[in-house]
Formats: sequence, C-alpha cells, structure tokens
Amino acid sequence: MPSVVEHFPVLVVVVSLLSAITILIAGWINRKTAWYISLATLLGQFIASLFILHHVMTVGSIRYRLGGWAPPWGIEYVMDALNAYVLVVLLFLGLVCVIYSKRNIEHELPQKVVSFYTIYQLLITGLCGITVTGDIFNMYVFLEITSLSAYALIASRGKIALKASFTYLVLGSIGACFFLLGVGFLYAVTGSLNIQDLSLLLPPFYGNRVVLAAFVFFLVGLSIKMALFPLHTWLPDAHAFAPAEISAMLSGIIIEVSTYAFIRVAFSVFTLRFLRLLPIFDILSWLGAVAIIIGSVLAITQVNLKRMLAYSSVANMGYIVLALGLSTSARTLPWGGLNPALMHILNHALMKGCLFLVAGAFIYKADLWYIKDFVGLGRKMPYTCAAFVIAAISMIGVPPSVGFVSKLYIILASIEAKKFFFVAVLLLSSLLNLVYFWRVIETMYMKRGKEQDHSHASHGSHVQREEIPFGMLSPIWVLASLCIIMGILWLANVPTPILNQVNSMFGLDMKP
Amino acid sequence: MEWFIAKIFAKYNYWISIILMMIGFYGIVAKDNLIKKIIGLNIFQTAIFLYFISLGAVKAGTAPIVDAEIIRKGYVYANPLPHVLILTAIVVSVATTAVALSLVIRMHQEYGTIEESEIIEKSRDKGMTWT
Repeated sequence: MPSVVEHFPVLVVVVSLLSAITILIAGWINRKTAWYISLATLLGQFIASLFILHHVMTVGSIRYRLGGWAPPWGIEYVMDALNAYVLVVLLFLGLVCVIYSKRNIEHELPQKVVSFYTIYQLLITGLCGITVTGDIFNMYVFLEITSLSAYALIASRGKIALKASFTYLVLGSIGACFFLLGVGFLYAVTGSLNIQDLSLLLPPFYGNRVVLAAFVFFLVGLSIKMALFPLHTWLPDAHAFAPAEISAMLSGIIIEVSTYAFIRVAFSVFTLRFLRLLPIFDILSWLGAVAIIIGSVLAITQVNLKRMLAYSSVANMGYIVLALGLSTSARTLPWGGLNPALMHILNHALMKGCLFLVAGAFIYKADLWYIKDFVGLGRKMPYTCAAFVIAAISMIGVPPSVGFVSKLYIILASIEAKKFFFVAVLLLSSLLNLVYFWRVIETMYMKRGKEQDHSHASHGSHVQREEIPFGMLSPIWVLASLCIIMGILWLANVPTPILNQVNSMFGLDMKP
Repeated sequence: MEWFIAKIFAKYNYWISIILMMIGFYGIVAKDNLIKKIIGLNIFQTAIFLYFISLGAVKAGTAPIVDAEIIRKGYVYANPLPHVLILTAIVVSVATTAVALSLVIRMHQEYGTIEESEIIEKSRDKGMTWT
C-alpha cells in the first residue's frame, strides 16, 4: 500500500495556493486572520517537507502523476534527495520570515496586510512548484509565478522600490523568455517536456547545435534569475528597498531556487556526459570567482546597510557558482561533487536571512538605513546587534560557523581540482568580508556619537534599551544560533548522507 | 541563390521570430519611456510565442479538433501541444504586463513622469543613492 507521504509533493503546492485565496477572502472579514492562516499553512508545509525528505531518504524517490496522466504526456512531480533538501530549506526560511513579518508588516504596510500575505503565499507556491516539478515547462510557469509575486512584494513599499521592482521585472522577464526559448529548442529536437524523458531522449543529439543553443539559453536565462555577476544589476536595488522579510527571502531563497533550477537542468536534463563536452563548468567557476571579488569590493563601497548586504549576496552567489563549477572535477567526499554548492545554499539562507532581518529590525525601530547612523546601537539593542555579530562572523568564516564550513569545503575542492587561484580568491574574499562587516560592527559598538558626550559616556551602562518585540527577535535568534549549530553539524557530517545521495544520483561520486 | 532559398526562405518563420525578438530587445534597451519598454518586452515575448506556434504547424494541416470525420477522411492536423504551452505562456505574459503597467501607474503618481532618466534623477534628489 502506498504511503500517504507520496501525496505530499502536490499537497505542498496546492495547499499553499488555496491558502492564498483563503487569506484574501478571510481578510475581507477580519484582517487579523491573514497572518494566522499564512503561519498555519507554512507550518503544515514545513512539516510535510520534512516527511518528504524522510521518505526520500528511507524509501526512495517519489513520483506523483498529476491527474493520473502517464509521464511523457502528463505533468509529473518528482521528489528526490536534491529537491527534497531544497524544499526543506526554502520552507524553513519561509516559516521564519512569516513569524518575523507579523509586527514588521503591521508597522510598515498597515493598509496592505491582507494583500501582502496573499502574495507571500503565492510566492511560496511558486518556489515549492519549481522544486517539486518534474516537467520543464511547468518549471517555467512556476518560475514566473515566483517572479511575479516577488515583483509585487518588492514594490509594496512604494517610492524608490517601484523603480527597483520595474528593473527586476524587465530583466526577470527577459530571463524567463530565454528559459522558454530553451524549452522550445529542446521540444523541437525531442518532442518531450518531461525531465526524465528528456534525459533519455537527448543523448543522440548532444553534438547538435540546437541542443547546445538550448543549453546556453537556459544558462543565460537562469543566470539573470540567480544574479550571476555580469547579470546582477537588478539585484542591489530590489533587495535593498523591499520589506525586510522579502529581502531575506529574495537573498536567501529566491536566487538559490533559481540556482537549483539550473542544477536540475544541467544535471538532470543534460546529464554529466553532455557537460564534459563543453568547458561550461570552467567558465562558470571563473564567473563565480569574479563575482566573489567584484561583489565584495562593491559591498565595501556601500553606505546603506541593506545595499551592502545585497552586494554581499552577489558575492555569495559567486561562492555557489564557483562550487558548482568545481563539482565535476573534485570528487572526494565530503567536499566533492555538489556538496559545497548545496551546502552553501542552506548556509547562505541562514546567514543572509539573519542579516537582512536584523537590518529590518533597525528600520523598524528607528528608520535607520545608513551605516553611519548605527552609532551606539550595540547598547540600545544588545540582542539584535549580538545576532548581527554572530551572522557577520559566520559570513567572514570564523570556525565553527556555517560560513567557515562552506569556505573550507570550497577551498578543499579547488585544491583537489588543482585550481589554486580559487584558493587565493576565497582567502581574499574572507578578508574583504572582514572589511565590510567590521565597519558595521565598529560603528555599532565602538564609535561614540555626538549626543553621547562625556557625561553620558561615563554612565554608558544606563543607556535606555530599545529592543524590538519578541516576535521579531526570536526568528533572528533562531537563524543566528543555527549559523553555529549547522556549522558543527556539517563538520560532524550529520546531514551529508542527503548530499551524498544527490551526488550518486548524478554520477558525481565516481572518478572520471 | 539556392543557398539563399535554403537558408532564408525555407526557414522564414524562424527569421521572422528572430527579427521580432531583436526589435523587442532594442525597445527594452534603447527606449527611455517605461511604457515603450513594456511594449518592447511584449514584442520580445510574442516573438517566442510565434516560434513555438510555427513549430506546431503541419503542412496543409487543419485545426487540431479531432472528430470522427477527420479521422475517416485522413486529414492531417497541427500539433496541438505547442498551442497549449503558448496559451499558458500568454497568460504569464499578460500577468507580467499587468504588473508592469501597475508599477508604471504608481511611479507616475510618485514622480509625475514615466521617463526612466527623469525618475532616476528625481529619486537621486531625494537622497537615495543609486550607484
């Protein structure tokens, strides 16, 4: 008898979609219900995703036929170790952000609470859809659902966010169109849209120019979506001027899910044999290295904290893409294959989620955007600032934090691949990270402002505390403590069986 | 001449969709007016729809509505799958256009202009850094 868990992949998507409509209707009657419905849905989805991950690890992958139509014709949802892992990560951050958003959204967008949660649930629907689907055209549709809700959520603050959202919309639509064109090319060659079916039908056409062009269209389209270095120009404004929890979702999850889409296309649709024919992964690792340096340098020049964090996201996408580029040449576990890339997807979600939520807390409490205004915050908001410090040292890569583990494994992978230049890039990037985070920490804890003259300074401990409400502080601290706990768990190899299964699924665990 | 016919005329549907795509792309990149940018985006998307639809065309094929008569008389009919895909993609494109237009309306309320360069200038005046 099939287990009930086999129905969860479709439920994760459908329940979220239905809850978006429920929020809209219930919100008419009572605005306060919106948050509770959203929270309950995300909690349910998160628990379901844990069940899916457990089922995938113990029993095997789940294949769900929508409407009972057989795969090459009907749409199929496929859960394996890769997307079960990404699903857990994305729903976890989604849940944390929704807990945080209660007070923040009431404060920032009091008139738009109902529509905010409606679109937020649509965003979660799109993200879950991208991860669970086993059909490439379906993936395009979900990519667009995700992006459309992201455009609306970014614009929700009005003013300058509108322009940022419009830029993102134009570039994101071009990216999605390229993806669609890639789908069209593959369809023209094979006549199929199912990912597994495509991977079986494509090998005879690997030298074909249409197939090569299709891959390039997928690469460029998804590079725009995941803000890979030369195509990152939409990212800083969009991430900086969105509400805090949306910035956290954008940086922590949305660009990572686009990376997941690329991994799925590269390894599941095209398979490893195709990737060996072209130097794609060399190019990717170099682009990643350039993104790391340029992103970090631009982050140093920023005066606005959220823009600084946004540029840091460009650098962090560089880490993921660099690790992805090394995945075909480094094979020794635990740092071989896709391990560091997938690891950094979770690690970046934790770190950057925490940092953006803290930046949102400063805006919530005192409308502080610029780093120079943070003088004395270390005393006023001690718990928030402590969480910021933990996440920041994690970004810098102090052991045993998550950032340290990612960097260590990417360095080990590049040593194994004999690309010593990347080791230098990673060490330099740690230094650059230190420069731009230390500037913030120094302002928060050490600089004295004009208003705190000598009479105050001598009684520094009597500064009035102005902490943010518990509902906002607890998500920040959950993420900050996970930055350390997950680091120890990674070093102890607790979650690595999931990643090892991904590697063996794509044939990355064998020596070439 | 033969080469010309084989490369251009025999594949004219692809050429048209590429030309349309480039026109749309030019509109997105070169136009300062945000509405014109959206029109460029729409042309870009439509070019891709055209490519998909022309994939499904079958020589002398009728509409893919299969009934007993079509099967009995042995008519050929166009491949309906690209049509269905593009129906979905058109919905996506309409939604994108709707969101983009509503953003432009809000920007017009906020800044009193829909020229991109003027909007950037005005937001710089308000003290928000752009670069």
